[in-house]
Amino acid sequence: MSKHINLTLHVWRQKNAKCDGKFVEYKAEQVSPDMSFLEMLDVVNEGLISKGEDPITFDHDCREGICGTCSMVINGRPHGPKERTTTCQLHMRSFKDGDSITIEPWRAEAFPVIRDLMVDRSALDRIIAAGGFVSVPTGSPQDANALPVPKENAEMAMDAAACIGCGACVAACPNASAMLFLSAKISHLGLLPQGQPERYSRVRDMVAQMDAEAFGTCTNHGECEIACPKGIKLENIARMNRDFIKASLTYRPAIVGTGGG
Amino acid sequence: MELNAHIPDGPIEKKWDKHRFDLKLVNPANKRKYKVIVVGSGLAGGAAAASLAELGYEVECYCYQDSPRRAHSIAAQGGINAAKNYRNDGDSVRRLFYDTIKGGDFRAREANVHRLAEVSNNIIDQCVAQGVPFAREYGGLLDNRSFGGAQVSRTFYARGQTGQQLLLGAYQALERQIGLGAVQMFPRREMLEVIVVDGVAKGIVTRDMVSGKIESHVADAVCLATGGYGNVFYLSTNAKGCNSSAIWRAYKQGAAFANPCYTQIHPTCIPVTGDHQSKLTLMSESLRNDGRIWVPKRKEDCGKPADQIPEEDRDYYLERKYPSFGNLAPRDISSRAAKQVCDEGRGVGGTGRGVYLDFDASIKRLGQPKIEERYGNLFEMYERITDENPYKVPMRIYPASHYAMGGLWVDYNLMSTIPGLFVLGEANFSDHGANRLGASALMQGLADGYFVIPYTIGGYLAGIKPGTRIKVDDPAVTAAQQTVTDRVKRLFAINGKQTPTHFYRELGKVMWEYSGMGRNEAGLKKALELIPQIREEFWKNLCIPGTGEEVNQSLEMAGRVADFLELGELLVLDALNRRESCGAHFREEWQTEEGEALRDDENFCHVAAWEFKGDGNAPVRHTEQLSFESLHLATRNYK
Repeated sequence: MSKHINLTLHVWRQKNAKCDGKFVEYKAEQVSPDMSFLEMLDVVNEGLISKGEDPITFDHDCREGICGTCSMVINGRPHGPKERTTTCQLHMRSFKDGDSITIEPWRAEAFPVIRDLMVDRSALDRIIAAGGFVSVPTGSPQDANALPVPKENAEMAMDAAACIGCGACVAACPNASAMLFLSAKISHLGLLPQGQPERYSRVRDMVAQMDAEAFGTCTNHGECEIACPKGIKLENIARMNRDFIKASLTYRPAIVGTGGG
Repeated sequence: MELNAHIPDGPIEKKWDKHRFDLKLVNPANKRKYKVIVVGSGLAGGAAAASLAELGYEVECYCYQDSPRRAHSIAAQGGINAAKNYRNDGDSVRRLFYDTIKGGDFRAREANVHRLAEVSNNIIDQCVAQGVPFAREYGGLLDNRSFGGAQVSRTFYARGQTGQQLLLGAYQALERQIGLGAVQMFPRREMLEVIVVDGVAKGIVTRDMVSGKIESHVADAVCLATGGYGNVFYLSTNAKGCNSSAIWRAYKQGAAFANPCYTQIHPTCIPVTGDHQSKLTLMSESLRNDGRIWVPKRKEDCGKPADQIPEEDRDYYLERKYPSFGNLAPRDISSRAAKQVCDEGRGVGGTGRGVYLDFDASIKRLGQPKIEERYGNLFEMYERITDENPYKVPMRIYPASHYAMGGLWVDYNLMSTIPGLFVLGEANFSDHGANRLGASALMQGLADGYFVIPYTIGGYLAGIKPGTRIKVDDPAVTAAQQTVTDRVKRLFAINGKQTPTHFYRELGKVMWEYSGMGRNEAGLKKALELIPQIREEFWKNLCIPGTGEEVNQSLEMAGRVADFLELGELLVLDALNRRESCGAHFREEWQTEEGEALRDDENFCHVAAWEFKGDGNAPVRHTEQLSFESLHLATRNYK
């Protein structure tokens, strides 16, 4: 059995979007290295509730690194020190006895704080709603094997589709840009034959929505790629930029149908 | 209470076709006059909300997560079944139908399962068209893998993230409709009541989890796609937020709850490490394609490192007991076998509750790169959690609560016993009988959402005059909203000393101990004594900090635990009354000499549907007889 450790936490506390926040110090004692970071916070919260204090609010759900809900900046890094690991999968064996840990919410104008470590990421949904899809209503499409897809493209599309929409890329970016998030979806669909008909309108519409939200733009710092728990690559942004340039050059106003018969 | 399944007549292959023709239609211009509420945004809910909006209905969709993309369908790893027969290995709609009925131990409704098998192929077509990046072969065609309970390769997959990719497909379809203004999305809302007027579902009451505001929403029909109740065991593979409140509220409003005792314990999860444990992580069943399950033959060897136990001292117990299915035996059988060897003292790992899942032979046969390609992300996930490298040492696994086959009773149209209240996906009871096969949950969720409800809801709505929707200031609506407000107040008024988690853990211990993988009369009766005690203590000594008019995660959990404390009791009661073993429901009194489940078809070839009779009164058990016209009742045999 590994030895338990004691930690000092500096946690961002903020009652709601309108109030000012501040760091508050908490002790986390007798922490098992087998605990996940969130389980460590669970234990701290149980202690706070028992003392009649407000527990620390944080978003979490699946706790297996796939839903993209958990979202905290740990010692200055979104999702903490371990690469390709969400907060819920970060284990306390990554910390030493006596460590001080600073915990903050995602910081970005487009992600207003709701409370403590919980932020509003609905801007990302609005970007998908603007164009991050293939327009194919439920019905009877052709047989799934009618259109072969080169394995290499399918694999690259899957690499990009692995994005969990957590927003760590935005939190890591000095410009709070969401371009890694956008480019992952644009690559995923742009690499597949099914995504071709809307390829250029998609990138245009999604970028327009990104600009309408309070995200910054990419200046090639590459922080997003390091912070991404799913290993989404920077090359996706290059692909998106290529598509965006082409889309801008070939843009024609929508043709309005006149209806039939 | 009358349980009429409304199964169409005719031969089984023609029932769905015939029914689709017989169902009344709503004319296109009238569709926008009907409003449908969908609660839940997973595979079933997301697919339903998108598809209904595409048809032209006015749709509102609610979820407790901050985005519909985060519903727990996202965590499904292994795959989705379909009867495509792309492998040329003898698959067909009939075989998928047969495997699913047999896998469910002949406790599912034939007609529903046949429909599921029929639409399975449409699902794959639909998902590929949406851009779901399924695994492919070098020729560019779709790849398949095998899953438990089947001897054909019919499972489509996207690495170990099939659920994620299917959900993102449904989510993107849903977001498209949101962008078009056809669906209004309400994230961070928890449904806390069904509004029932003159016995008909007319809306829901929700709590806004940011502002704390209790709100009423009215509609012409309500679809619950709120998932299962596996979290009644406290530790499970479900997300932390997964809860039973929506279906439990519906039950208490008159929707029958069917087969609550059918809960699936998944054989391959990462074992528990300590009391701090907040959830259990599943390792996909697909790993059993290439992993071999074993424990030491002798107790004395259990402390040794795996590589120091020679081949002849290992007991590959699934291969030994079930030579033809081997490591791919169905989930219930594999789980019980693991429990059995651990009970014998032959379990491995610190707690002795674990068995090995060993890839050594496959790595030697196929090479590490091939294994990495198939399961890379799962191996990574395992290493992150346990700090052990599964390429070098065998994985340790143990069963955990995973899926609920039971759920609200629905007829062939997916309508509950409350008219206007439809139930989709894991939240209903309909297709998996007493045990669900791997890769069938994704299939059922999407079948219900994409291909069943769009038809059947039309048949219901066509019978309602457009424009007769109840007003939000109707006294019945106000009354429903008041009950929710009062319940929240009651929870705060307890003002005791213990956290919601404390009671939740206590409940979980009782459920797992007496109603988990093995059940017996004495244990179940004991649980029926203990659960009310925990509940009583909960209502006397619960402590929730803060107020209801803000974000309050303790309040959210308290409400869910309060419902689980009631549902748990019904689950146990159902287990006690089902005096047979079938599928995942294993009553120790009913087993064969080899320890296999022993069904009692004469007395229990039925669905048990429970009717709520008021707090403090015993619920009433109704039955729906299952008749097997197309298949013969047979004893499951995976040997």
